[in-house]
Amino acid sequence: MKKPELLVTPKSVDHIKALIEAGADAFVIGEQKFGLRLAGEFNVNDVEQATTIIHEAGKKVYVAVNAIFHNDRLDDLDDYLKDMQRIGVDALLFGDPAVVMAVRELGITIPLHWNPETIATNWFQVNYWNERGAKRAVLARELSLDEVVEIKENANAEIEVQVHGMTAMFQSKRSLLGNYFLYRDEVMEIENRKENKNMFLHDKERKNKYPIYEDLNGTHIFSPNDMCLIDELTELFEAGIDSLKFDGVLQTEGYITTVTNCYRQAIDAYFDNGEDAYDEMKDELLEKIEEIQPAIRPLDTGFIFKETVY
Amino acid sequence: MLQLIENEKIRKVVNGKRVITKKPELLAPAGSLEKLKVAVHYGADAVFIGGQEFGLRSNADNFSIEEMREGVEFANKYGAVVYVTTNIFAHNENMDGLEEYLQAIEGAGVKGIIVADPLIIETCRRVAPKLEIHLSTQQSLSNWKAVKYWKQEGLHRVVLAREVGAEEMLKMKQEVDIEIEAFVHGAMCIAYSGRCVLSNHMTARDSNRGGCCQSCRWDYDLYENVGGEEKALFNEGDAPFAMSPKDLKLIESIPHMIELGIDSLKVEGRMKSIHYIATVISVYRKVIDAYCADPDNFKIKKEWLEELDRCANRATASAFFEGEPSYKQQMFGFHAPKMKWDFAGLVLDYDQTTNMVTLQQRNYFKPGDTIEFFGPEIDSFKMEVGQIWDEEGQEIEVANHPLQIVKFKVDRPLFKFNMMRKENK
Ligand code: SF4
Repeated sequence: MKKPELLVTPKSVDHIKALIEAGADAFVIGEQKFGLRLAGEFNVNDVEQATTIIHEAGKKVYVAVNAIFHNDRLDDLDDYLKDMQRIGVDALLFGDPAVVMAVRELGITIPLHWNPETIATNWFQVNYWNERGAKRAVLARELSLDEVVEIKENANAEIEVQVHGMTAMFQSKRSLLGNYFLYRDEVMEIENRKENKNMFLHDKERKNKYPIYEDLNGTHIFSPNDMCLIDELTELFEAGIDSLKFDGVLQTEGYITTVTNCYRQAIDAYFDNGEDAYDEMKDELLEKIEEIQPAIRPLDTGFIFKETVY
Repeated sequence: MLQLIENEKIRKVVNGKRVITKKPELLAPAGSLEKLKVAVHYGADAVFIGGQEFGLRSNADNFSIEEMREGVEFANKYGAVVYVTTNIFAHNENMDGLEEYLQAIEGAGVKGIIVADPLIIETCRRVAPKLEIHLSTQQSLSNWKAVKYWKQEGLHRVVLAREVGAEEMLKMKQEVDIEIEAFVHGAMCIAYSGRCVLSNHMTARDSNRGGCCQSCRWDYDLYENVGGEEKALFNEGDAPFAMSPKDLKLIESIPHMIELGIDSLKVEGRMKSIHYIATVISVYRKVIDAYCADPDNFKIKKEWLEELDRCANRATASAFFEGEPSYKQQMFGFHAPKMKWDFAGLVLDYDQTTNMVTLQQRNYFKPGDTIEFFGPEIDSFKMEVGQIWDEEGQEIEVANHPLQIVKFKVDRPLFKFNMMRKENK
């Protein structure tokens, strides 16, 4: 059996070194102008620097170009893709078919990862985008374990699954926070708060707290819990999922590093020493994560063991 | 208005007078056969309906294949066509039965399907090649290069994301030769369609398979986390944080959309009443026809706007077509329903010799009430209800049974399918 890749999201160039040390295999970076809901903001120079560091360590770097593009960003997208080709990153994450078109037109040879988030729900779509150049598909987080496994069984592309962290529930193009303050005649409020992304919506009925922030792409709202599958990885290992992702958006560097290391230990235990070794240590790893888990962010297992109806 | 490209396909000058050569399709929603017939009767060029599977309105009344066939026959008789929405993002378990379903739709004479999932696109192309394929707004199509992508994939038409503005539409039309459909009226998502799973999290219902509970319209409180302390970002008595958008209404932008060469103007609302459909469709019909007949002397009539407001129960706004929507295009705090008129009856027959209308009751009314009749064949008029009789000819004091058949005197001629509404006091 092949070890799955451990994919993480660094917050800064310096953070990458700590994460390499902690055992990460691959990194998602980028900037909000082209990528969605990133843990850190990396301009082209940062990407170049990061790529050098990551490649020297023998690891992989993926750049997010998975925004929903409007006409006004297409020209810049072309330039950006050319920069990425020059830098030699290992993959580009996309959701919008405009990226497929641009890559074809410009003769970009970087592999594509299909990552439209909520709508990657069945294996047919995975294979459809595979035929159009996607080497990997990043599955929607709203799928159950059975659905994930069945997709993997039928997919011609690599499969990436999120195992830890927050998930996005909502993206609006509108400036919903800004509008709320404007409505109350408090224009300055949102401008002052744009950088520190620590606002949340309180849903009194469900006693949930949903992180919310605004950026160039509009307003984003996140899940009330952090998903955590550290003690539930066996079936994903057995299914041969190619990449396990920990999305560190809105988390601190220290938290991301510690959690990355926990997943490193889990993967190594299972693949180097067998299932028993993993079973023996998984509760301890979970406890370790629970210790540093912010009180405002309860852990759960996402939709992996939850059915949705419609 | 924007600088427009000269385009013979859209407009030309005949004898010194500008004429519109390309009239867009007026596309209406229909949640049932009755609604479909009303939509066509009131001027829709096309209707979109849901089948019993693979569509995004699991609660709306959906059509069986038999009903589709009947709907298509009716529509075709009036020169209109029918599209079926099959716009879920399927999970593995939803893949069974798709081929048979698409073949049955094709067999029923439906013109095209509205699709988001490439699974359904590709399957349709393979097993039901006569169906046109329209890309659903669920794909959040927002730029011309993506439009070009779907054109290369062989799609007939794309429905744009609701976030696309007029200038962006113009560029798409310039760059790609494909039919474009855009929303003009009705409720809308405040998120990019397809990119909202609030309901999945809050109620375990999958919004991308029709389970949305409109969680965006609930009230939330906004807080800030300052060093572990939770600080309220609202004051006592402030309206809570809300994401509820006003309903879309682009009636005044229709001329602009026609000049852009938009191919299909879509009204949303398969769950809406026949009164709503009749009112909205008839007004948009009038605006489209009037503009196309004489664009340079066109002026929107106040009475059209008033008519449209009669079936509105939520505030309306122009959303993204005229630029980025501000807070004024959202709803904050409590807003009382503003429906001033209720649908009260459907005309079944009118006797020219006795001046008697036969009406199917749809809402409580009684002698002395102010009512209004409207329909495609007549100019709307108001009157006061006189004596009312039931089917057996017995005089009644009030028409208070739903679907009850009643008769009363109306001086001006009426036609089958004309509607009666009653002023809400
Ligand atoms: S919750 Fe609101 S924004 Fe989300 S899918 Fe439903 S209507 Fe659309």
